[in-house]
Amino acid sequence: MCSDDAIVRTENLTKIFGSGKKATKAVDDVSISINRKEIVSLVGQSGSGKTTLARMILRLLNPTAGKIIFEGRDITNIEGKEKKAYWRKAQAIFQDPYASFNIFSPVKKVLLDTFKLFENKFTKKEKWDMVCESLEAVNLRPDEVADKFPFELSGGQRQRIMIARTHLIKPELLIADEPTSMIDANLRSGILELLLDLRDTEGTTIMFVTHDLGLAYYVSERLLIMHEGKIVEEGEADKIISEPEHPYTRQLIADVPKLSEEWLLE
Amino acid sequence: MEEFRNIVLEVNNLKAYYKTRSGERIRAVDDISFNLREGEILGIAGESGCGKSTLAMSMSGLFLSPLTYESGAVFLDGENIIGKKEEELRKKILGRKYSYIPQSAMNALNPTLRIKNFVIDLLKEHHPHMSKKEVLDLTTERFESLSLPPRVIDLYPLELSGGMKQRVVIAVSTLMNPKVVVADEPTSALDVTSQKIVIKLIKELFDEGIVKSVIFITHELPILRHVCGRIAVMYAGEFVEMGKTEDIIFSPVHPYSQALMQSILVPEIGIKGKKLPNLPGSPPDLRKPLRGCRFADRCFLVTEDCRKEDIEMMKLGEREVRCIRANYIMAQKEKVVPHV
Repeated sequence: MCSDDAIVRTENLTKIFGSGKKATKAVDDVSISINRKEIVSLVGQSGSGKTTLARMILRLLNPTAGKIIFEGRDITNIEGKEKKAYWRKAQAIFQDPYASFNIFSPVKKVLLDTFKLFENKFTKKEKWDMVCESLEAVNLRPDEVADKFPFELSGGQRQRIMIARTHLIKPELLIADEPTSMIDANLRSGILELLLDLRDTEGTTIMFVTHDLGLAYYVSERLLIMHEGKIVEEGEADKIISEPEHPYTRQLIADVPKLSEEWLLE
Repeated sequence: MEEFRNIVLEVNNLKAYYKTRSGERIRAVDDISFNLREGEILGIAGESGCGKSTLAMSMSGLFLSPLTYESGAVFLDGENIIGKKEEELRKKILGRKYSYIPQSAMNALNPTLRIKNFVIDLLKEHHPHMSKKEVLDLTTERFESLSLPPRVIDLYPLELSGGMKQRVVIAVSTLMNPKVVVADEPTSALDVTSQKIVIKLIKELFDEGIVKSVIFITHELPILRHVCGRIAVMYAGEFVEMGKTEDIIFSPVHPYSQALMQSILVPEIGIKGKKLPNLPGSPPDLRKPLRGCRFADRCFLVTEDCRKEDIEMMKLGEREVRCIRANYIMAQKEKVVPHV
């Protein structure tokens, strides 16, 4: 699968943890392609390899075999400056925003440090204005949160700060790995809306990585179903939900409790 | 006909607070009252921090520091278990009449003991007269009747999958046919396939009459839709609405219940166009004394009266709602909580 629209694609990407008898194929020969401005979800149960695949695409983990092509360029082995340049274009939001913060830094430092990723000539004032703007974009009041430490914020607020960071960097590709699974359902919608806004205003391509099929279906245009390291089915979200083809997808859909269908029958 | 069944658990104005070292009190369970009848599965829904797990712990009569009993009563099988000594609770109540299934089965089993030795240890506490062989026979028989492979009793916990561990914990904690089983988020650490198997097991225990009544605590509403007859919605230490499952899920009245139900995302055709609720703010700080409706700051229908005095549960047909605007809400044709 190769199209000019693809922002990122993988070719036979494989990751093996361990060696010899203990070798585990976490990601097994995965070739996927994500189009520009698309919202896709990588769906799988725990241990399916979805996070490993996401981390390889982010270049946080080196693949055992295969290639990652970003904007037509092979980035599988880039290092140093090139990798840093890549991270300006590809960013991530993780499940536990607490783990993404330096606990000794107040929010404003976390956000101002983001500028170290750019080669920029912004003045202090300009940087600060941009930070305020990004905080406002995620519905946080700069004067309220800027001097706070991560532990003084709620889970939802921490996740908003991570999204504010994304606003500053304006990446081409955003990988959101279970961004709302530590957040209560009532606050989830706000976070999802902010992420979907990024696509609409900045044209960011977003890949959600989640075990929650309901969430994945709600947010994305296309689904990639992962099972035991392989992508077993991919396609339009509506089509997968209404006419799943692969037995695993069918099982998965049948196992999720729904509101209008019987669940515990068989 | 439900009304004629015996009440097995009666909770009256129960208050259980956490006492911090600095002397502050956190009102985690604040004036909860309800009845549980024989043959009933009651769901308790609420988000993290609303006090639902604290409620489950308090109902056992065992208050472990920093949790302290404040006031109220818990009648289990006609007997108030509040104030009983820990020794007596352990010997006569826990496991026999009241059983608690925790969220994390990994922490419930002893990693250094085979399942069978764990069970022998456990039953020694409750049935000192039973011989090892009797315990093993009972366990094997129960495992077989619940279609759990009996060979797992020879294994160590680390040899079992997460779902299997949770099923073992459930089978073991219901060995003595307790009257009331409280399952506290029993599946939230599991993937959907194991989740379904665990829920089926709980249903099976119930359908076979091994356990008479179940309280099912979870934040996952779609599960409650399939297992419970009634649902109570909890917010900031209080029940805000209680009624039949269908009513609560499909036509909630309390503004908080409405927001909670609207936030459900299931993989069903039709949800894509759905608007999600966006509640402002966060739940109140339970350390501070609260006056009036606890949801007032986040509610779209708030009036001055809402904050004046504490709101009582109001009966509305078959349901109870803690909202002074309930009649107004019922009169509206559309949902009152605005969307994003």
